[in-house]
Amino acid sequence: MRTIRNGLVLALGITMTALGASACGSGGDQTPAAAGPNEHVDLTLSTFTEFGYEALIPEYERLHPNIKITHRKTGQGGPYHQDLITKLAAGSGLADVAAVEEGHLSDVLDKGSKFNDLSKIGPADASPDRWLGWKYDAAKTKDGKVIGYGTDIGPLAMCYRKDMFAAAGLPTDPDQVKPLFATWDSYFAAGADYSKKTGKAWFDSASQNFNAMVNQLPTGYLGTDDKLALEGNQGIKDAWTKVTDAVAKGESAKLTAFSNEWNTGFKQGAFATKVCPSWMLGVIKEQAGPENAGKWAVTAAFPGGGGNWGGSYLTVPTQSKHPKEAAELAAWLTAPEQQIKAFQAKGNFPSQVKALTDPALLSQTDAYFGGAKVGELFAEQAKKVQKAQYKGPGDGQIQENAASPALQAVEQGKSAADGWQQLVDSAKKITR
Amino acid sequence: MTVIDKVAPEGSKAGERTSPRPTFRHKLSRWDVKVSPYLYVAPFFIVFGIVGLFPLLYTAYVSLFKWKAGSDDPDFIGLDNYKELFGDAQFWNALTNTISIFLLSSVPQIIIAVLLAALLGARLRGATGWRVGILLPYAASLVAIGIIFANLFGPRYGLINGVLQTIGLDPVDWQASRIGSHIAIAIMVNWRWTGYNALIVLAAMQAIPKELHEAALIDGAGTWRRFFHVTLPLLKPTLVFVVITSTIGGLQIFTEPKLFDALPGSNNGGSTNQFQTVTLYLYQSAFENYNLGYASAIAWVLFVIIVLIALVNFFLTGRLARTPAVKKK
Repeated sequence: MRTIRNGLVLALGITMTALGASACGSGGDQTPAAAGPNEHVDLTLSTFTEFGYEALIPEYERLHPNIKITHRKTGQGGPYHQDLITKLAAGSGLADVAAVEEGHLSDVLDKGSKFNDLSKIGPADASPDRWLGWKYDAAKTKDGKVIGYGTDIGPLAMCYRKDMFAAAGLPTDPDQVKPLFATWDSYFAAGADYSKKTGKAWFDSASQNFNAMVNQLPTGYLGTDDKLALEGNQGIKDAWTKVTDAVAKGESAKLTAFSNEWNTGFKQGAFATKVCPSWMLGVIKEQAGPENAGKWAVTAAFPGGGGNWGGSYLTVPTQSKHPKEAAELAAWLTAPEQQIKAFQAKGNFPSQVKALTDPALLSQTDAYFGGAKVGELFAEQAKKVQKAQYKGPGDGQIQENAASPALQAVEQGKSAADGWQQLVDSAKKITR
Repeated sequence: MTVIDKVAPEGSKAGERTSPRPTFRHKLSRWDVKVSPYLYVAPFFIVFGIVGLFPLLYTAYVSLFKWKAGSDDPDFIGLDNYKELFGDAQFWNALTNTISIFLLSSVPQIIIAVLLAALLGARLRGATGWRVGILLPYAASLVAIGIIFANLFGPRYGLINGVLQTIGLDPVDWQASRIGSHIAIAIMVNWRWTGYNALIVLAAMQAIPKELHEAALIDGAGTWRRFFHVTLPLLKPTLVFVVITSTIGGLQIFTEPKLFDALPGSNNGGSTNQFQTVTLYLYQSAFENYNLGYASAIAWVLFVIIVLIALVNFFLTGRLARTPAVKKK
């Protein structure tokens, strides 16, 4: 008797759970039609850190009285993208316009079927020639869908400490230091001399250079077939050797980027040079603090040509009930005029060709960096980027969880060969 | 229940004829007696079924697939995830780290907790203040503690290394060294939990009858002897409870190693996974590499390990309960 009753209760419990489970599983993908011109439309927009859209959203609502926008902001990029992928997998919960950072783009491109093709549903004025070619192309899936409109970019330049250069007998003028930063070989050779002479570190951490070097190669960690192509990639192997040699010569301050120790390193003057995407200027200002004003400088040179680090896209997931209106909003926000306003608000460097020649951008100077014409400088650096390297699914993971820890291990005393093996093993695991 | 069946229905008064068939009201009251208790306990089991049992079983189901988050067609691969897991050096590394951190935290923690409880049990001015005081770390936010400790143990600019250097010792790279990182994390755990455990032990200590101490005193036992031969044996059941809870917590340690990384929030647990714990590896597999199937397999193996250890604890408790707490001479 007792066991039967218990069985009944259990059966009840299981039925309930099954009901609960099936309730979650529903939700078909109906293809929604565009709303009428006067129909009220609620749109959501999700971004992370600072996009500079606070003043733009009310403006858009004024221009489109039938549209109401809810802006969801997340403080950090990491949790934001984790949430994005989870909701993508769950099939619901995403905003109509969802921002995606460049580093996470490969994972999103892999799930391209869950995003609208903006080249089809987007307005005509958001044509490819609005953006720098490489920026636009990076958001294309393998079958040619365009899933994101570029917002900002992070063109690379070099930052350096003028006072520390002077103390080591190096030139300090931005134009005169350019030869030091011509190639990676000249950069590391200068670093070896510097470290030998002063006993101090040349750069902050090995992975910061390695990431930039790998990004400049024609192919990255994965081939276009999405298979791991790390071991056979001589370019990556060479970059590894150069960076780990530099570590062996004491050029690295061994500070994990974005860690608390790294932040302190800026204040303490722990390193003399720094790979410097446009947004890094803000980081340096904040971490080095006012007491180091005027000591840092930036120059329009980068070893091996140019490069890009960072920047985002606005996507319209197929979950959106109003894809057409969402695409229009995304197109408007990424138009040159609006991106210039976002740049003025938060310093996000625009990726639009027209915005790069805008006087508001070109006239931008930075007193902290000795009054350097940073707008013009980074616009120049942006044009040096050749083409977007193909990034397969898991590329960002390999950079973050295979390459960076392996280089950190080398900085902590592991041999370069063992470190390389660690990188290969971890990368295999990630792409498994 | 059989008794109730034979007794006349409660609603009928003496002298009245009981009807041959029970009325609806009678049926209702009988159902009430039989079913109500189950209805009262049902909410717990229903909720448990939805948020406990179902995820548990579904995790087992997912663990049989090669299931990438967001992929529409997971492949059924049977027990391959488990096979791979048992051959996965990173998993064994994580398990070793977990057990090492657990031992380094739980053992000193319980010893200090008992000693602290003994001190707090002594006559003190403002006893409540002291007792509440040792609970303060427990009330502090775990994330705040994690960030503060990660800063204290910073290899280059951390306070601990600064102190070590001022007294003429070599600095320790707490994040690079495997044992160093385990010790640092264990200190973080101990700082938070020792006070909590001390209070539980203190409560048990105060429940020990004074007569036993007085009897021992008359027999000529000193403070230490009374502590070891009266207090400790009577604390056994409480200590077993403390050990079990700290085992379960210790095997699931997550936040401390996650925040201890040079880059707080990383799931790597150091450059070579020196302090990556099992839950951290699980989290990384699921939400960073999006291998839901593999992560589910890790979750199940961890679950089985915890159940096994809990069973060992259970039998240990049973044995301890049978042995007389105070040996009579």
